[in-house]
Amino acid sequence: MTDTTPPDHAAPLAAPTERGAFARMLRRPLAVLGLALIVLIVGAAIAAPWLVSYPPDQQNFDGLTLEGAPMPPGGQWLMGTDLLGRDLFSRLLYGARTSLIIGIVANGIAVGLGTVVGLTAGWMRGWIGTVLMRFTDLMMAFPALLLAICLAAIFRPSLWIVALVIAMVNWVQTARVVYTETTALTERDFIAAERTLGASGARILWHHLLPHLWPTIIVWATLGISTTVLLEATLSYLGVGVQPPTPSWGNIIFENQTYFQSAPWLVFIPGAAILLLALAFNLVGDALREVLDPTQRGRR
Amino acid sequence: MTDPVLSVRDLTVAVDTQAGPKPLVSDLSFALHRGETLCIAGESGSGKSITSLAVMGLLPTGVNVASGAITLDGQELTKLPERRMRDIRGARIAMIFQEPMTSLNPVLTIGTQLAEAIRTHDPKADAKKQALDALRAVRLSQPERRMGQYPHELSGGMRQRVMIAMALALKPDVLIADEPTTALDVTVQREVLDLLRDLQRDTGTAIILITHDMGVVAEMADRVIVMQSGRMVETAPVAQIFDTPAQPYTRALLAAVPRMGDGGGAAPITADPIAQLQDVQVSYDIHGGLLGRTTHRVHAVEHVSFDILAGETFSLVGESGCGKSTIARAITGLVPHEGQITVAGHSVPHDGLSAGPGLRRDVQMVFQDPAAALNPRKKVGELVAEPLVIHRIGTASERRAHVRDLFNRVGLSADQIDRYPHEFSGGQRQRICIARALALQPKLIIADESVSALDVSVQARVLELLAELKAEFGISYLFISHDMAVVENISDRIAVMYLGQIVEMGTRAQIFGNPQHPYTRRLIESVPVPDPAFIRAPSPRMATEVPSPVWAVGSGPARVVLTDAGGGHLVAEAAATDDAAVS
Repeated sequence: MTDTTPPDHAAPLAAPTERGAFARMLRRPLAVLGLALIVLIVGAAIAAPWLVSYPPDQQNFDGLTLEGAPMPPGGQWLMGTDLLGRDLFSRLLYGARTSLIIGIVANGIAVGLGTVVGLTAGWMRGWIGTVLMRFTDLMMAFPALLLAICLAAIFRPSLWIVALVIAMVNWVQTARVVYTETTALTERDFIAAERTLGASGARILWHHLLPHLWPTIIVWATLGISTTVLLEATLSYLGVGVQPPTPSWGNIIFENQTYFQSAPWLVFIPGAAILLLALAFNLVGDALREVLDPTQRGRR
Repeated sequence: MTDPVLSVRDLTVAVDTQAGPKPLVSDLSFALHRGETLCIAGESGSGKSITSLAVMGLLPTGVNVASGAITLDGQELTKLPERRMRDIRGARIAMIFQEPMTSLNPVLTIGTQLAEAIRTHDPKADAKKQALDALRAVRLSQPERRMGQYPHELSGGMRQRVMIAMALALKPDVLIADEPTTALDVTVQREVLDLLRDLQRDTGTAIILITHDMGVVAEMADRVIVMQSGRMVETAPVAQIFDTPAQPYTRALLAAVPRMGDGGGAAPITADPIAQLQDVQVSYDIHGGLLGRTTHRVHAVEHVSFDILAGETFSLVGESGCGKSTIARAITGLVPHEGQITVAGHSVPHDGLSAGPGLRRDVQMVFQDPAAALNPRKKVGELVAEPLVIHRIGTASERRAHVRDLFNRVGLSADQIDRYPHEFSGGQRQRICIARALALQPKLIIADESVSALDVSVQARVLELLAELKAEFGISYLFISHDMAVVENISDRIAVMYLGQIVEMGTRAQIFGNPQHPYTRRLIESVPVPDPAFIRAPSPRMATEVPSPVWAVGSGPARVVLTDAGGGHLVAEAAATDDAAVS
């Protein structure tokens, strides 16, 4: 037996490490780094009007060289200018507002919706479960771009349409995974034990199933951030997303991708911003997953 | 004496932890001779499996041989590079694991897997023919057909035979069997043990048998090593271990082994029934065909009727798949059933869903695996208080006080209530489950294999606790087990189940003193006897298969008719059961 738990009664157990989840998270350097990055990005997005010297959509007369090429980073232009002579730093900070709404709000709604659908289908089974999961399959098969174009054709394209489309497209993966995990969990003995105690369905769902799904939900939520930010960029590129001149990280990249070789900063800097945001959320998500799992405590 | 084929000297195996290496096995030495069976006995955590993995060179990452030597025929193994070790593994030292299902690849046929194992070590061999020979050697019925079958088509016992065939196909010098029969039913265990002994006699392979079951030790071993927390406590020839154990730990281990015939003669209980089952049937539909119609049915429980009297321990025994756990689930209202079940005045609803709070209070269940039955993300105090919360009993502080009382009552410290289940050992976890079951002061506790997963000494203490609680609170137990010795020790009345039906029922004295049905007799005879001097009557070597409980819609098993053999001792008429399969 590789199980090295002490025999019955003999219990030289570690002292209980009971502290708030947040306090325990602050003891992990990587989690602190991630949290700091998130605070920095969100703070910069909120404080954008006070941090920038030029409005994001102002085409500056001195923002271009005499030949009409964009200015490289340095000096007057912290991050350089784009093809129309607009200040990239300013566009990046204002763009963060759009991207954060997409990456956090739209993605959050998608993951939440997916969890509710997956959990309901996995717990209820029967015809309700079948209908829900077949509907999930249907949505999975539906092309996201087509849906976005249809919706944009019906309504006026805007940030909120993009958020709606992303929420409607991205919940399906979460629903599938949560459904599979829920069906496996409901077969476990401790759920049967709850039922023999007479626990209500709501109690089992809330107290006994959901805590086990947190790791999965957190992973999907953090993975979704970078994909949704890029999906927004794709939609904007097709003209059904955020309308110019409103900046977003994704559409800064797409606007400038053809000039990648002559003005690399126009692609690199927003790309790095997306990367940092995704990384920060991944670090925090990872730490959160371990902090919330009592069986992981004292194992490291 | 000749040179030993395998010798282990001063072996220390340590696991890397943050606080430096922590030994799992310390200073273990033994020598194994050709044709010998060495049993390593001990409880979980004693380091017996780690020893076998060290010999195989299969230690998990982070666990290393810290010092000592393992020598096979003069060749030192601990320093051997992985490439050379691979040639030895399988060909010279083979291993059989506890769980035959997980040790076989489910997507390859038996024949492919066997042939692959042979070809790895001997590329020129006629692998197909050797594989077939190996299957014949383990007395598997219809070996040609088995070659083309997949692992899931075979029963547990057959799979373990395949594992043995695979291990012995290359005629290794040493066979390590790690709890080879623990996951098997007792009659199948008997067959596998007989087979191992016969094969050893024919081939002269040395066997290291790792087990916690002192009955198996007594039947198989030439020599015994008793281990405790990574150290060898005692080593001696088997007769000496059982007759004159030198160490107190060995004595304690032997004393804890449940033995048949220890039950004594308690007075029969006359009381009102607390639970009544009348003609209970449980079946599951199997859907098939294009339209998903029900084509077959699993007849898990068929026409079962019995009463559990107030204050008695009623045991259901039988092998896996006989329907005993399904009955437990039907009584607790977890599965739909037909027929009539009444517990403490509450009728159990037939749909398996809508059982009311009254029934939930009066019937509690203790599951086989306490680790699985406790939500790992909840503190144990919360888990024990949960039944009180669900049934809205008491205020928060009253509940907390009650939980502390319960912890003390089951022999745990009340200071531990803020810990999580994984911080406890198996026996402690089962005590937590029992505390949880007691919280609502139920009238009936269903113990479904509740002590099977525990070490013998822990098992003995948990059984003691159950007996104390019975005397203190007047609880009745429905005790479900496959372990005849445990059942014999604690039961008032016993029902023997076979293929979903009861084939014999009576008091303990009637069942064990005067078993009437051939299946009951076979169950009792198969139990390993923890006494090396015991000589088993020669029995035919066979590979029986339990018939399937799956029947096409419209057909079903023949109903077993129970007749009274005197004094309430009910026995199935032999003609009504498939006698050939049973006896």
